[in-house]
Amino acid sequence: MQKLLNWIDQRFPLTSSYKAHLSEYYAPKNFNFWYFFGSLALLVLVIQIVTGIFLTMHYKPDAALAFASVEYIMRDVEYGWLIRYIHSTGASAFFVVVYLHMFRGLIYGSYRKPRELIWIFGVLIYLVLMGEAFFGYLLPWGQMSYWGAQVIVNLFATVPFIGEDLSLWIRGDYVVSDATLSRFFAFHVIAFPLVLLGLVVAHLVALHEVGSNNPDGIEIKEKKGPDGHYLDGIPFHPYYTVKDILGVVVFLIAFTAVVFFAPEMGGYFLEYNNFIPADPFKTPEHIAPVWYFTPYYAILRAVPPMFGSQFPGVAAMGVAVLIFFLLPWLDKSPVKSIRYRGPKFKIALTLFVISFIGLGILGILPSTPLYTWIARVLSVIYFAFFFLMPWYTRTDTYKPVPERVTDK
Amino acid sequence: MKSLIFLILALPTMALAAGPSVPLDKAPVNVDDHESLQRGARVFVNYCLNCHSASYMRYNRMEDIGLSEVQIKENLMFAADKPGELMKVAMRTADAKEWFGAAPPDLTVITRSRGANWTYTYLRGFYRDDSRPTGWNNTVFDKVGMPHVLQDLQGHMAPVMRMEKSADGKEHQVIDHLTLVKPGKLTQAEYDALVGDLVNYLAWMGEPAQSQRKNIGLAVLLFLSVFYVVAYYLKRSFWKDIH
Repeated sequence: MQKLLNWIDQRFPLTSSYKAHLSEYYAPKNFNFWYFFGSLALLVLVIQIVTGIFLTMHYKPDAALAFASVEYIMRDVEYGWLIRYIHSTGASAFFVVVYLHMFRGLIYGSYRKPRELIWIFGVLIYLVLMGEAFFGYLLPWGQMSYWGAQVIVNLFATVPFIGEDLSLWIRGDYVVSDATLSRFFAFHVIAFPLVLLGLVVAHLVALHEVGSNNPDGIEIKEKKGPDGHYLDGIPFHPYYTVKDILGVVVFLIAFTAVVFFAPEMGGYFLEYNNFIPADPFKTPEHIAPVWYFTPYYAILRAVPPMFGSQFPGVAAMGVAVLIFFLLPWLDKSPVKSIRYRGPKFKIALTLFVISFIGLGILGILPSTPLYTWIARVLSVIYFAFFFLMPWYTRTDTYKPVPERVTDK
Repeated sequence: MKSLIFLILALPTMALAAGPSVPLDKAPVNVDDHESLQRGARVFVNYCLNCHSASYMRYNRMEDIGLSEVQIKENLMFAADKPGELMKVAMRTADAKEWFGAAPPDLTVITRSRGANWTYTYLRGFYRDDSRPTGWNNTVFDKVGMPHVLQDLQGHMAPVMRMEKSADGKEHQVIDHLTLVKPGKLTQAEYDALVGDLVNYLAWMGEPAQSQRKNIGLAVLLFLSVFYVVAYYLKRSFWKDIH
């Protein structure tokens, strides 16, 4: 066995990679609950790829056959219903863990120097994931698939001058049609997953280059013991592998509870309208995107049309997502973690969470004049969290940061 | 194209303005009650499957509700030769559009989108309305194109109206309830039971794997709970020297 390993190591960095990324990758010993979601996101990615491969074997990317092929999977393919429910629940689970993972970054300042690139790769992953989810949502070819795609592609039509051509180019037709379905299928199963995997590798390579942040927001690399090891670091394997197994089991309990007992999740994971085949001549009464897009949809609807154009709303929605890229440079605080930050940041973050969740709820509901005004207030708060950050982080009060990580 | 966007953005508001929705009655759904499902299947193939298809459903899937292949072939298959065939109908879409104004929808997953309570209320909500081409209207589906196929069983119902004030203060007539004006072959209780069985069948047909899904789910959750204990002690034994 050792001989074989030596043979490989002379030709491929197997042992050294294992050491660098697992057995001798030192992670802070004070990771808490919030640190489960990175590895869980990786788990969900693998689940989506594996179930996606099996779905692709039976799915037909053809407007005349797509809806029936999904029902064929649900009925005639052995355990096809299970594979499909895991995939549809996995899409929502992906956004749940990614949102919680991003929130962890916000509270502990994981985007701060020297981790700006980890954050940027992360935001890129989030963007690609949104595209991936959007393309995948068209594939069942139900009413919500169809009209959701119609609405979102039409958003691109509001771009001044090139909008009409742009949306035509995306659709490949004047309306969402078979041509759109085929290309969305190609994007969903090849183009975006490839980019996603590449970005995930970049995210992890950058992380392992600088090392993990922790709930205290201090650098463990600055404190080394006489043996040259980090005083507050422990090898990722076995310590965090066994801990992550625990996190995975808890996650899977929640995940399988949805898959087996509430795969529709009250119409939020699988929408009831999507059990009706796509009909280009019949617009549903109420079109709402899937829950993970609704905060941005609410921002879109909150911005009134200007100069007879919906583009300002579309632009606001785009900025709301892209603004995350600037976070490392908007935050001027001397500390990273919320534990040592003052009241201004804590209030700002609380308001931001309220606005994000509030917008998410409003994006699901039909708009009324009252809701539109609430959405406008929440949108202002959403953007204020970012645009006022240089001011409130600079003027905030801070607690002294400990020398070593604390245990709580 | 721009007007389409405005339309779509305005749609949710329009949906709210559509007026009060009719309260739905609770459907007696129990997809583990095979006798009810078999009775429902019989009603379904006799009354529904002439105009409506269930084109994602195979006849022999009804073996899951306790029927044998011979029983299915002899009692439930009128338009197909092989038990593995899909429940299609011979009626052409173009003809159907001309006769009913709209093609009768496929019923395989209709109850998954509409909900069992809606279907249950709908099938008990037909009433006489001479202003309609078919002579029938429906409490939950106004101006429905479908005639009352089960009228010889239920009999004829007529609406009893009452006045109601809407939000803007105007009074207008709404249907309070339906009353029997011409009896059918069944009593009202018998008819409700028959529709209950049919809706139960439709709910089952929307997802035939649902009982299996829940059974497997219990085993999976049980396994994960046991595995949680193992994982917990594994983590604790590795971590006892850290702090």
